[in-house]
Amino acid sequence: MASKFFDHGKLERNVSLLAIAALVTVAIGGIVEIAPLFWIDNTIEKVEGMRPYTPLELAGRNIYIREGCYNCHSQMIRPFRDEVERYGHYSLAAESMYDHPFQWGSKRTGPDLARVGGRYSDEWHVQHLKDPRAVVPESIMPTYAFLAERELKAGDMTGDLTALTRVGVPYSKDDVAKANEDLAAQADPDADTADLLKRYPKAQVRDFDGDPAKLTEMDALVAYLQMIGTLVDVDAARPLENGPQEGAR
Amino acid sequence: MSYDDLRHFADSWGLVFMGLTYAVLIGWHFLPHGRGHSARAATMIFEPESDTEADHG
Amino acid sequence: MDKLVMRTGGWFALALVAFAAMLAARDGGFAVHMGIVCAVALGLAVFAMRSADYGAYARGLVKMPADQGRYYDDVIRWGVIATVFWGLAGFLAGLFIALQLAFPALNLGIEYTSFGRLRPLHTSAVIFAFGGNALIATSFYVVQRTCRARLFMPKLADFVFWGYQLFIILAATGYLMGITEGREYAEPEWYVDLWLTIVWVSYLVVFGGTIIKRSEPHIYVANWFYLAFILTIAMLHIVNNLSMPVSLLGSKSYSAFSGVQDALTQWWYGHNAVGFFLTAGFLAMMYYFVPKQAERPVYSYRLSIIHFWSLIFLYIWAGPHHLHYTALPDWAQTLGMVFSVMLWMPSWGGMINGLMTLNGAWDKIRTDPIIRMMVMALAFYGMSTFEGPMMSVKAVNSLSHYTDWTIGHVHSGALGWNGMITFAALYYLAPRLWKRERLYSLRLVNWHFWLATLGIVLYAASMWVAGIMQGLMWREYGSDGYLVYAFSEVVSAMLPMYLIRAAGGLLYLSGAIIMAWNIGMTIAGAPLRQEKPMHDADYDAAADRPLPAAQPA
Repeated sequence: MASKFFDHGKLERNVSLLAIAALVTVAIGGIVEIAPLFWIDNTIEKVEGMRPYTPLELAGRNIYIREGCYNCHSQMIRPFRDEVERYGHYSLAAESMYDHPFQWGSKRTGPDLARVGGRYSDEWHVQHLKDPRAVVPESIMPTYAFLAERELKAGDMTGDLTALTRVGVPYSKDDVAKANEDLAAQADPDADTADLLKRYPKAQVRDFDGDPAKLTEMDALVAYLQMIGTLVDVDAARPLENGPQEGAR
Repeated sequence: MSYDDLRHFADSWGLVFMGLTYAVLIGWHFLPHGRGHSARAATMIFEPESDTEADHG
Repeated sequence: MDKLVMRTGGWFALALVAFAAMLAARDGGFAVHMGIVCAVALGLAVFAMRSADYGAYARGLVKMPADQGRYYDDVIRWGVIATVFWGLAGFLAGLFIALQLAFPALNLGIEYTSFGRLRPLHTSAVIFAFGGNALIATSFYVVQRTCRARLFMPKLADFVFWGYQLFIILAATGYLMGITEGREYAEPEWYVDLWLTIVWVSYLVVFGGTIIKRSEPHIYVANWFYLAFILTIAMLHIVNNLSMPVSLLGSKSYSAFSGVQDALTQWWYGHNAVGFFLTAGFLAMMYYFVPKQAERPVYSYRLSIIHFWSLIFLYIWAGPHHLHYTALPDWAQTLGMVFSVMLWMPSWGGMINGLMTLNGAWDKIRTDPIIRMMVMALAFYGMSTFEGPMMSVKAVNSLSHYTDWTIGHVHSGALGWNGMITFAALYYLAPRLWKRERLYSLRLVNWHFWLATLGIVLYAASMWVAGIMQGLMWREYGSDGYLVYAFSEVVSAMLPMYLIRAAGGLLYLSGAIIMAWNIGMTIAGAPLRQEKPMHDADYDAAADRPLPAAQPA
């Protein structure tokens, strides 16, 4: 196998060379594909309305992840006529820019949830999570009745917001300091939430699970489900498709 | 470099380059030299076990 | 004596640290995990303190032959047992969640047994526990034989094996308690990831060290594939699991990346877990066990070189095909598709190389059930590496993505290729490692082969139908211009397919139970089963050897 230019026989006899050559070979693809995503500006087109999750929404999202909802539900609408008609405007990259981790999913055993926010009432969600077949007879979803019983023990949410700040989510100092107050206030119709709403525009404040006496895991999960896909006004984000004149509207 | 530039490259020189690489690799496979080396490497796993110093290391 | 004190003291100190972490834990799951670590460390402290040799007792339980000083095989014997055990556990979990999709009442209404928590348990049990143990055990076996050298640092090899089992236990119990990073196939949380990193680096040291101290100048091709697998998995694991823990005393962490970047990093990892864990590593098995069982050298050694470099170069690019038509930039999607299609070539090169190894001995497919299993594994490898590139074409993917077609594709690869080649390797290893004349029964291998094959056929066929049906029903428009089917109608249309799939899984599991019995009896040293011999074709030992002159380069 000897050749003037390249002797593969050498690699067959030297494990360090073989290891280095193999590592270089496998590194190329990742570097060329992944690295540009971090520095090319137009990977995520700027849109109005994106904000980090409120502490309650974040706690709900953590329950969504804990229960493995992503195993059956996607959060990524593709730009096809049937999907847009069924689920709503196709998903924009910016809409998951604060998602650590992303929850796009890979399988639709159940429907896509990227724009489920505001589509159903809170009562529907609570009933559906407690007993999916009570509202959708064909459903094969597990029941999550225990969420309504269990008090939300999110722990100290300042820790969660601090961790997210460290990986680049723009929470303000105020947001972090008031994380635990915000958590309770968002599900309490009597709380003074003017400050919360100023810091988290479009946040929905109410008792979500129909049991105002208790802050439950159901409150948090429904608060999250009711906000997915509602932050960005997708019609305002359209100018890019329709040209600059219309965009100025 | 835009998406379209890359697409044009992939449709033309990129394709030629990949085709050539493919042909060269196939050709290399059938070159006669080094046959003995390959045959020895391939049959290595059938050689009877010999006692060497490393066996007891 | 000092050494004994040090060792016992060390384990005891670790137990104390874990105990303190358990008491200070921020959440229940982390406390349970620290409790497990504490119990293991305490057990090891007692183990180190007592003069009784529990190791010898345990080896006696599974009738291990004495170490002859030539090769270090104890860790491989444990690996064979662990592979069989985790295989059964993983297949059973799979059958259970398959039934849950047909009968949702089987979720039992409690959190620990819901589909969302059991599905990661199933995927991790089959990929990392069953597949991972098979890879570790066979790599230790192959590297010693092909290097003609005893394993480098046997004690560290023991640590790799038992440390890996601890990783599996922590990951699996974590899923049940809802401890997850929420990204497919990379679910274990940050501290479990750190532990795996330590184990994996030790694995590289043992494997690389054995190659360095080899007494055979040439490094056999199987070892290249094992080496690429170990190195690349280390790279993927470390980059993809970068995350920020909320507290050092809690299980929760947030991924370092978000949105698009997180998605591409995850599928760069996810697809190459397939490419390097389930392909490169198992190809290493193929390059050793197929020639050994067929008693002829690999068809073309030079093809194996091309196979190796092109496979590892191309695979790493293919990840974005999991994100077609998503918010990932178009250029990345197209790149992923092009490389996925090109990947077809080295994959089939490897398959041909494996199959053609039987050139001149095709009758063995009829007479040797282990060879038959290997051939079926290669056939499924070829089939799923054709199906994969096809599904990565954007037009096809627009239909197949999000459907059960993907599930069928994965299983034809996992059950057909990974499962079958692993079973064949286990059947090859068991009698040799326990110094038995041959397997307890070859007829039972034949039963296993047919049960598994039939199971895969039912599985793959039902999932093709289910997937294509789903894809078409979701996009079907009526003459009135409206979507024809509600999502729930598509769900109920899946029921018959889900039932057939579960039946396929049951057959596959039954085959594995037969294997466990067969290998168990081989280990126990039971007298060979009274049965009609499998080798009923003419067999000329003198003619059954490689013809060096007739080999292509």
